[in-house]
Parts: sequence; C-alpha cells; structure tokens
Amino acid sequence: MIFVKNLHKSYGKLEVLKGIDCHIREKEVVVVIGPSGSGKSTFLRCLNKLEEPTRGEIIVDGIPLNSEVNVNTIRREVGMVFQRFNLFPHMTAIQNIVLAPEVVRKTNKDEARKIGMELLAKVGLFDKADEYPDRLSGGQQQRVAIARALAMKPKIMLFDETTSALDPEMVGEVLSVMKDLAREGMTMVVVTHEMGFAREVGDRVIFMDEGIIMEEGEPNEVFANPKNPRTQAFLSKIL
Amino acid sequence: MNWHVVIDNMPILAKGALLTLELTAGAVAIGVVIGLFMALARLSKRKVARAGAIAYIDFFRGTPLLVQIFLVYFGIPMLLQWQTMPDNYQYTAGILAMGLNSGAYIAEIFRAGIQSIDRGQSEAARSLGMTQAQALRYVILPQAFKRTIPPLGNEFIALLKDSSLLSIIAIQELFYTGKIIVGRTYQPLPMYMAVALYYLVMTQLIAQWVAYMERRLGKNDLR
Repeated sequence: MIFVKNLHKSYGKLEVLKGIDCHIREKEVVVVIGPSGSGKSTFLRCLNKLEEPTRGEIIVDGIPLNSEVNVNTIRREVGMVFQRFNLFPHMTAIQNIVLAPEVVRKTNKDEARKIGMELLAKVGLFDKADEYPDRLSGGQQQRVAIARALAMKPKIMLFDETTSALDPEMVGEVLSVMKDLAREGMTMVVVTHEMGFAREVGDRVIFMDEGIIMEEGEPNEVFANPKNPRTQAFLSKIL
Repeated sequence: MNWHVVIDNMPILAKGALLTLELTAGAVAIGVVIGLFMALARLSKRKVARAGAIAYIDFFRGTPLLVQIFLVYFGIPMLLQWQTMPDNYQYTAGILAMGLNSGAYIAEIFRAGIQSIDRGQSEAARSLGMTQAQALRYVILPQAFKRTIPPLGNEFIALLKDSSLLSIIAIQELFYTGKIIVGRTYQPLPMYMAVALYYLVMTQLIAQWVAYMERRLGKNDLR
C-alpha cells in the first residue's frame, strides 16, 4: 500500500532521514518508535508530503508522490492526526468534520452531516457536535480530530504522536478509538511513545534512530529480544 | 470670536463630513481588495508575484500620499492623453489614490494576520486534501481576518483623516469646506475647532464599530 524507497530528508546541513526503505501492506498497523530527534515524525510527514523529501521515492496506493495533482489525490486517501490536534478553532466539532467532505469530495450537506454525526458517535462525542474546540478537553479534541480525518473515508491513517500532548488520564480514550480502528482493518502508521499500544495492536514495530530504521519486526519479538544494541538501550530506558 | 459662525455653518460642514465619509468608504473598499490581493501575492511561492507585491507596497508606503494624489489626478489624464478632464474626475482620482495607498498598508496588515495563524492549521487542511486556495478560504482567512480587525481599524481611521489631503485637488470634503468658510468669515479658531470635532466624531464612530466587530467575532475565540 505504501512503498518507500531510499527516502532522504535534510534541513540545510542537518540530515534528518538518511535513506529509509519500507513497505507497508494493506490493513497493516505499523508502529514507529524511537528517541526524539530520530526522524520518525519527519518520516511520517513525508508520507503525505507535508514535508518535501530531499531524495527518494514514495508510492502510496499505486500513485507516486511526484506532482501537485498526485499529492492532493493522495491526501484525500490518507488521513492524518497531529500531536497538537490542529482543530479549526472557528468551527464547531461537526463543522470541523464536514468541511473537507463538502469542499473536497463535494458531498452534499445532509449526507456529510449524517456521516459526521455517525463518526462523532463512534468516537463517543455525539453530544458535543455543536461545541467549539475551546470548550472540549484535549482528549475530546483529539477524538474529534480523528473523526475529522475519518470523514474523508481514508484508506490509510497516519498518527503523529497523537497522545503526547494529552494529560495522562485522557490518553486511554484516544488510544481506545485507535484500537477500534485497527480492529476494523484500517491501514495505520503510528508514531508513538505508547509501548503498550505498540505491543497490543501493532502488526509490526519499526525502531528508528539517527534517521534510519535500526530494527523492525513483530512487536513481541522486538520488545522481548531486541537485536540491535540501540534498540536494547532505548527499550531499557522506557520499559 | 464669533461662535455663531459655527452654528450657522453646521449644515454645510455636515455635507463636507458626509463626503469625507463617502471618500473614505470608497478608498477602504478599494484598499481592502488590493490589500488582500497583494498580501497573497506577497506570500506566494512565485517569485514574480512576490517581487511585484513588494515593489507595490514599497512604493505606496514609501512616498507621500500627497504626491500620489497628484500623480493620479494629473498623471492618468496625461498618460491616457485626454484632451479635457471628465466632469467630477477629481472624485474618482481622489478615491483611487487613497485606495491605492491604503492597499499597501492593508496588504501588510493582512500578511501579518495570515502569518500569525499556526502552521498546523494549514497542515491540517492540506492533509485533508484541500488545495491551498481552499485552505486559505475556509481555514486560514476566517481566522486571520478576526485578528486583523484592530489594525484595520487603525488604518481606516488614518485614512479618514488623510482624506483631508484631497482638498488640494478641490474636493469639497470636510477640511476644504471649513477652509472656504474661514476665507469668507475670518473666524479660523471656531471654524477649525468645529472641523476637528467633526473628524473626531467620525473617527470615534469607526473606533466604536471596530470594537463592536471585535466583540462579535471574538465570542467563539476564548484564547
């Protein structure tokens, strides 16, 4: 579903990604872990071209990310959830959700609203439809953000440290929505520090450090028997 | 000192004040359109658009409005080789000159407003498949506009006061009217005080309107 070949990304002289190769299959849940500054968020943001790769090739759902038209096509199929939610503050929860389907997919208003309300119900916020983001807690905002991404009916979902900005008691509610999605067979790439989540729903774990993939494999295998010394050091610090 | 002069001439001054308001409104309309266009050009990825916008802003912000008024009023007829000036051309020229001038200032106000919106907003919009234009229209500009209201209020007030410069091309706005009356009555102190008061009332009206807009649009924005 996603092919990445020899992906490089530099900011000026600073090389953040130093040649990433990876293949993500349909319905697979891939969890990307690694210390901060390892390039995992940058890698994720390259997958929908929020970052422009310096070198390398990315093919998503059969479409190479090499032109403005292709990029917009792909972004419709790839949902993204951010660490800092990025809800539109001038719109209510439901308005946040229906905007892209109406504007990009040209879904009619009633239909978009119906889908939006279903998604709000799914993330447990049916009664918050008409609240502005400022009136919602962090966990609620993040669940609205997930519903907003899902409203485009994406084939792939990207999660960029979606629980890192949350108070601890709100992490669970967001993770549980993500777990539901994984169970429904959504293709997901998840950058996270939640090792419990990685172990429970991940089909594969990718450990990144210093801009390359140091190790990857089944979560149980990687967590129980890390082979690379870097992985061992990282895991010993956080587990 | 003869304060009766003021009372007697109130209606004529009011007429001048009304024209001042109309000229300002016209200039504001032109300025906002040019300003939005120039702000977007200034932020464009295209070098030509950016350079054009910068040149425009530098010129109209860096030269006196008075000179610009003359350039438009005398320059355009010359450029287009008109034999005679059309009736009431001074009004068109006056509004146009002020609009072109305020367009430069408003462009910078809009640019600052757009740039003050968190990058995550446009990233979220783009990640949902919106084009840059759609992201601007539905996500960025509505938020940016709210933040530009206070500086826009400043600009509108400055513009209203600067419209007194249009007296130089014989537009009978408030200041011109006052000057004419002074010439007739030799009562500069009461007349110019009355003129100042008229300006003050109008600028206060704008200030109040801006404060109202700010409250109204700000009610969903607790931050």
